Amino acid sequence: MNLRRLWAIVLKELRQLRRDRITLAMILLVPIVQLILFGYAINLNLRGLAAGIADQANTAGSRVVVMDMIATGVIAPVAEARTPEELVAMLRRGDINVGIAIPPDFERRKADGSEAVQVMVDGSDTSVQGAAAQLAQLPLASIVGIGEAPLASTPPTRPVSVVAFYNPERRSAVNIVPGLIGVILTMTLVLFTAVAIVRERERGNMELLIATPLSRSELMLGKVLPYVVIGFVQTSVILALGVFLFAVPIRGSLLEVYVASGLLILANLTLGLLISTRARSQFQAMQMTFFVFLPSILLSGFMFPYAGMPALAQWFAEVLPLTHFLRLVRGIMLRGASLAELWLDAIALLVFTAVMMSAAILRFRKRLD
Amino acid sequence: MSAGGELAIRAQGLTRRFGALVAVDRVDLAVPRRAVHGFLGPNGSGKSTTIRMLCGLLTPSAGTIDVLGLSIPAQAEALRKRIGYMTQRFSLFEDLSVRENLEFMADIQALPRARARGRIAELLDEYRFVDRQRQLAGTLSGGQKQRLALACAIIHEPELLFLDEPTSAVDPESRRDFWEKLFELADKGTTLLVSTHYMDEAERCHRIAILDHGALVADGTPAELTARLDGRTLLVTTAEPRRAQQAILGADGVISVAQIGNSLRVLTAAGAGDACSRIAGALARAGQPAEVESVRASLEDVFVAATQRADAKPERVA
Repeated sequence: MNLRRLWAIVLKELRQLRRDRITLAMILLVPIVQLILFGYAINLNLRGLAAGIADQANTAGSRVVVMDMIATGVIAPVAEARTPEELVAMLRRGDINVGIAIPPDFERRKADGSEAVQVMVDGSDTSVQGAAAQLAQLPLASIVGIGEAPLASTPPTRPVSVVAFYNPERRSAVNIVPGLIGVILTMTLVLFTAVAIVRERERGNMELLIATPLSRSELMLGKVLPYVVIGFVQTSVILALGVFLFAVPIRGSLLEVYVASGLLILANLTLGLLISTRARSQFQAMQMTFFVFLPSILLSGFMFPYAGMPALAQWFAEVLPLTHFLRLVRGIMLRGASLAELWLDAIALLVFTAVMMSAAILRFRKRLD
Repeated sequence: MSAGGELAIRAQGLTRRFGALVAVDRVDLAVPRRAVHGFLGPNGSGKSTTIRMLCGLLTPSAGTIDVLGLSIPAQAEALRKRIGYMTQRFSLFEDLSVRENLEFMADIQALPRARARGRIAELLDEYRFVDRQRQLAGTLSGGQKQRLALACAIIHEPELLFLDEPTSAVDPESRRDFWEKLFELADKGTTLLVSTHYMDEAERCHRIAILDHGALVADGTPAELTARLDGRTLLVTTAEPRRAQQAILGADGVISVAQIGNSLRVLTAAGAGDACSRIAGALARAGQPAEVESVRASLEDVFVAATQRADAKPERVA
């Protein structure tokens, strides 16, 4: 390893990058745009679901139930129906997400303690289903009790109480922003290095480089180092916006957030490099990058909870750097954990990096055949 | 001293196959030091493949290579510090400036800082880039690009320089200029192996080797190679060159007939007796009055004679 040659590659990459305005813009714009899109648009805590209401009882009590459901903010009434069948038709047409049917014998059922209200949910969207389930949690007894004698003298019992730590307001941004650091780093950095070696090959520079004393590890490391800096710039942009726009807390050490990001940055860059030694064209490199990116988003736990995945998918998720980073960054930023407590995921990222880098160096030949 | 003695390159039985295709077929090559060695051949004759094998970029399918006393490809890494290689396609960084490209190559060759500064200043001056050092390499003209590529290839003052068709996309004046630089380098003691398909360039080399379909078909100094064709090249002056051409082509032992203005240049095969009288006789029989004289062979004749024989066997002169 000759530092002079390593520096030559780093300097060359930086000089080329400085003249590549599109890539430069991508480095800064991608995090900003993604953060704003994800931060504002994605809200897994759904509100304002379009609701249709068929109140066949139309008593004072039934109207109170409906008003209370609307007051939760989860639903917004958009249509009235006379029968539950009409609600089903509306659901099928997609006019409403939720139908609320109150049967004519509502008061009697309530008195019996049997089911008095039916909430129909468009189950084709699981998040809608989850949100609407909250409606069923409404303590009907206490609602109905307003202005009347309580139906039962005992208050509704709650055998299990759930205490939400770390994000009691259930704001999605708090959950999404730390993960978004990982998603954006995965999306941009894998691509940067995935095209790095292929580009030299396509432009004819590679034949020149391999005819010089430049070593494989000097070339590979020289390609990675400039983008480490860029990865940290992106991390900083997302963190700053996350804190100022979405009031995302950083409960653990800021330094450790950067260390965790650094581990992910290296893992992604070396993965990209391996892709680059394999791909025959820049287009192919991009396809392969996408092939890695999609499972990262879907299986890492960024979008869907890891705990809900079948064992095989969990196994696969363990191989993805983003999975480990999410555990690290959520732990440090949201739960105030220290890196030492999460050492296993940190080690996983280091091992991933070492394997990818070695594979890339071994795969790269200073030969044309 | 290296095992090669006064030879910079010695290759024996050099062969390279790409699947079923034999790109280079049992080539024996000896390139003496401090000379400009031309590598001539039609497109696809295996010139680039041979050069790449000699640099250690391609592994030969068979044969042995000794370059500057190093066994290639085994010792290719040691060789890379001592050679310069200019690829057929412009391989510098188009989005770096002239100066940045030179700096990059100086760093890659790990020249000591002071020497790097000195060499860059020297080359900018010698290769007339002082006013253009901040210009991006991609915006240079074809001739300028080749000049820059040469400057970058020799920044570490290599003992041996490989140039793969360096002037194929360059105007005639830039080509002359480029060759001046090559001779300057040879004068300073560099060995050069230059592939080309320009006859005038081949003419200027100290020695040339002609490749055809992957086989070495001629090897020697231009004078030796043209001397081999003594008495075999004729000039026919006639009033009706087109009809005379038909008559000549009908005669035995004629390799090619090329019309040049109102005369015909005829190349005949070796060992077929007095070509002059044979051709004159054939013309007389065809009723074509013509003047036939023997002329000095050119390198183009050598090239045609070497590459047009179907059963190409190496024609050794030296």
